[in-house]
Amino acid sequence: MTGITQMLTDPLMQRALLVALLVGLAAPVIGTYLVQRKLSLLGDGIGHVALTGVALGWLVGAALDVVPNDALAVPGAVVAAVAGAVVIEVVRERTRGGGDVALALLFYGGIAGGVLLIGIAGGTSANLVGYLFGSISTVSTSDVVLTVALCALLLGVGLGLRPALFAVSHDAEFARSTGLPVRALNIAIAVVAALTVTVAMRVVGLLLVSALMIVPVAVAQLVSRSFASTMHLAMGLGTAVCVVGLAVTYWVPLAPGATIVVLAIAVYLVVLAARPLFARR
Amino acid sequence: MNVLEVRDLRVDLGAHTVLHDVDLTVRAGEAVAVLGANGSGKSTLVRAVTGLIPVHSGTIELFGTPLGPNAPMHRVGYVPQRVSATSGVVATAVEVVQSGLLGKGRLRPGRDATRKAVEALESVGLGAAAHRPVTELSGGQQQRVLIARALVREPELLVLDEPVAGVDLPSQEAFARTLTRLVRAGTTVVVVLHELGDLAALVQRAVVLRGGHVAHDGAPPPAHRHHAAPGHVHVHPHDDVTAQDVGAPALELEP
Repeated sequence: MTGITQMLTDPLMQRALLVALLVGLAAPVIGTYLVQRKLSLLGDGIGHVALTGVALGWLVGAALDVVPNDALAVPGAVVAAVAGAVVIEVVRERTRGGGDVALALLFYGGIAGGVLLIGIAGGTSANLVGYLFGSISTVSTSDVVLTVALCALLLGVGLGLRPALFAVSHDAEFARSTGLPVRALNIAIAVVAALTVTVAMRVVGLLLVSALMIVPVAVAQLVSRSFASTMHLAMGLGTAVCVVGLAVTYWVPLAPGATIVVLAIAVYLVVLAARPLFARR
Repeated sequence: MNVLEVRDLRVDLGAHTVLHDVDLTVRAGEAVAVLGANGSGKSTLVRAVTGLIPVHSGTIELFGTPLGPNAPMHRVGYVPQRVSATSGVVATAVEVVQSGLLGKGRLRPGRDATRKAVEALESVGLGAAAHRPVTELSGGQQQRVLIARALVREPELLVLDEPVAGVDLPSQEAFARTLTRLVRAGTTVVVVLHELGDLAALVQRAVVLRGGHVAHDGAPPPAHRHHAAPGHVHVHPHDDVTAQDVGAPALELEP
């Protein structure tokens, strides 16, 4: 018990827990729309592109002598992720859901560009590790402020526009026939997904960002019977695995991001195994 | 005022001209069937009319307003050709139907959205399934959910694309009842059909498309004399059938 009190009074841990809680709550909201559109892997692609943004931010920071030299990494990631997401959406629209190869090129280019640019900026790929796998243990107060603001935006758009986002994700053709601004809504989903990627980057890293958006939804899918309950359950699960996974690493020396994702997948497997017990009829 | 006015329409899909020289006028309260073989352009016509595919040339007016940003889409209900009412995440029938309450400048349904959605589902005989996931419904029931999604808009013009293709008999009957009630209440209906079937009594006018243009526009074509019973009109699905004349469009029956 004193261990928990100790953890909760540690300012570093307080900040980390708050960020984990918010990200765990917000990431599955956009994840629900991505699963609905069968675009579960979109987050991974945006994450790859965001890596180039991180390195680009670093390069600009180095050129401007900004201190610390990674101060522009997160803004760089936000810009690159949003731009990448919009490009992906436009390619998808132009090619009617195809554009498979174009998207693959964008994703590989994202990783390769990140590694190249970080070298040019005078860093090594080791500098990218924190972004690839998360660095929640070093969250600063300004990180917390940024996270709170972005999560508020994500929740506002994802929950506030749910009827319209549901409609375009469910049947874009019908949505267009009603006069809904389908393209604007598709771009809104892409931009919100990009912002989710950059905000979750701190917690689990770019390589695992998508897991935080998708796995809670996959678990909720196993037991839910409506779209709204799937989303709400996924939000609860996302929050729980983020907070619990992070807390575990306070005592056990494990990587927080990986612990959270493994925990989420474990929950998925347990619910999958136990599902026959809950099944109706 | 005409509900729908199509003039000199040409639609290209890729390098292929799918519709050309199409004129069509639908007056308020009419029930019009659009018939034709596979590939004759009937789905393309209704998709162009609802603004889903771009028009090469010609004009389309809905309620006197050209198709475009100012078209009164809130007065139109569209039922797409059956794909499926399901998507990657489970959703209840009510959740799907509520999408019909949205439109231009209307990103959220009103406060009584659930009540309206349940009523629309009741009108297609699915009141009991309102809160069930659509994945648990049969194909025909899912099609009725999509019809309810159009009806919840209280449309003045209802456009349906092959609503009964491959649908179970109870759903076909429920659909015919619903449509009859709507037409009596004054709703204008444009329905794409492969065959008239149960709707023969309801449809006042048939537009037969052949190779992308209108081959017949007038009284519903009679069934072949050997198959004169209602429900046996069958448009031959192949394009190699020769039209006899415009008054008696080529309606071939498969043995």
